Amino acid sequence: MSLLEVERLSKRFGGVVAVDDCSLSIPKGSIIGLIGPNGSGKTTVFNLITGFIPRDAGDMRFKSRSIAGLGPDRIYGLGIGRTFQLARIFPRLTALENMLVPVRRAGMGGLLARAQWGHEKTRAMAMLEFMDIGSVASMLGGALSYGQRKLLELAAVMMAEPELVLLDEPAGGVNPALLERIADHIRRLNAGGVTFLVVEHNMGFVMNLCTELVVLAQGRVIAGGKPEDVRANPVVLDAYLGA
Amino acid sequence: MLELEGVTAGYGGGDILRGLDLTVEEGAVTCIVGPNGAGKSTILRVISGLLRPRLGSVRLRGASIAGLSPRTILGRGVVQVPQERSLFPTMTVWENVRMGAYTVRDRRLVERRMEAVCQTFPLVAERRHERAASLSGGQQKIIEFARALMLDPALVILDEPSMGLDPKTRATVFDTIRAMNLAGRTVLLVEQNARSGLRLATHGVVLESGRVRLEGTGTAVLNNPEIGRLYLGATA
Repeated sequence: MSLLEVERLSKRFGGVVAVDDCSLSIPKGSIIGLIGPNGSGKTTVFNLITGFIPRDAGDMRFKSRSIAGLGPDRIYGLGIGRTFQLARIFPRLTALENMLVPVRRAGMGGLLARAQWGHEKTRAMAMLEFMDIGSVASMLGGALSYGQRKLLELAAVMMAEPELVLLDEPAGGVNPALLERIADHIRRLNAGGVTFLVVEHNMGFVMNLCTELVVLAQGRVIAGGKPEDVRANPVVLDAYLGA
Repeated sequence: MLELEGVTAGYGGGDILRGLDLTVEEGAVTCIVGPNGAGKSTILRVISGLLRPRLGSVRLRGASIAGLSPRTILGRGVVQVPQERSLFPTMTVWENVRMGAYTVRDRRLVERRMEAVCQTFPLVAERRHERAASLSGGQQKIIEFARALMLDPALVILDEPSMGLDPKTRATVFDTIRAMNLAGRTVLLVEQNARSGLRLATHGVVLESGRVRLEGTGTAVLNNPEIGRLYLGATA
């Protein structure tokens, strides 16, 4: 069963067609890689799904319900979390406070939930430790390195326990040895029922992690299927991977 | 060319670099790899004068540059291409590249440098009238390289040049770095795409917790099994 259905989605910016009649089906429980050259429309697709920008045409359904036209907060509340290519964190909150923002949004901040709040803090610390950034829990977000911000954002998005997570270049600026652990963690979350749509240029990471790939070029889907088939596809080699 | 000795530096919440010693040889491509938060970008900030070291010395061709302003260090021939995109998006490609010589008063010298840069990077002339924002990520990175060369620098510092680039473009960017080095530029590179960075490098440095854990030729670092397991991963 499809968790997310994107149907004939289109978006223009002035004279530039960023997304062109694009359809995607994200089955529940999958890890789908969305790949393609720089400027092929991958991040625009993310921005459309999460309501950050309005679509020109097409429809999007999450758990069979149309989410087209809803704002980012509503879509987030329905269970779609995301990360950004350039990590968006709160620079004047500590790393730990950043982790607790998604939980507070979910209504756990009240006095009645104090016991639960303590539990969430423990969970947040465990997640920070896992990402190798436990030692910076009390540092301000703005003082973290680029890679640490990426890791913090990824950790924070999981705190809200979304059903579908869109990851925009999770490997960008992250140490390769840690990436393998992140891939393992994504697999574990996936085994626990979280579905992922991942934009990434690191082909080792994508091939290792994703169950299926969708290839975009100039806003259109040009190929899709099992990672090994996509990698050998001459159209993909020409448009994206190179010889 | 560049020597850091006993450098200790941080941002107020504690030291990131802890007595770091690092040498960059003239004509080399030196690549620094290491875990997130090890201090890679902090080294670059210290060299460029964006962060003053608390202890230690930084010498460029024998002269101390620690504590000098970024502008003065730039004038000594050290340019940095930052991690995130840094072109002026509404200015044309040509205007962006010219901005690299903002501190140069001699107009004829600027023109000569523009010609030289266009020879190295044909993209500059091809797209000269276009706004920087209309270029793809990889093209923007190449224009940033071109802008950096306008000062005819002694040392070019690149902070994660391949980040966010697709595989084809990434290969072009690495080829461009190799070509810059073959043309005589000394390059200091920080790269999380560690295997590709070390393959390109004549000298590899593994940084851990603000100190050099291991160094050697790029190939030696790449082939060190322990370093491979701890820092390079199997899939990158």
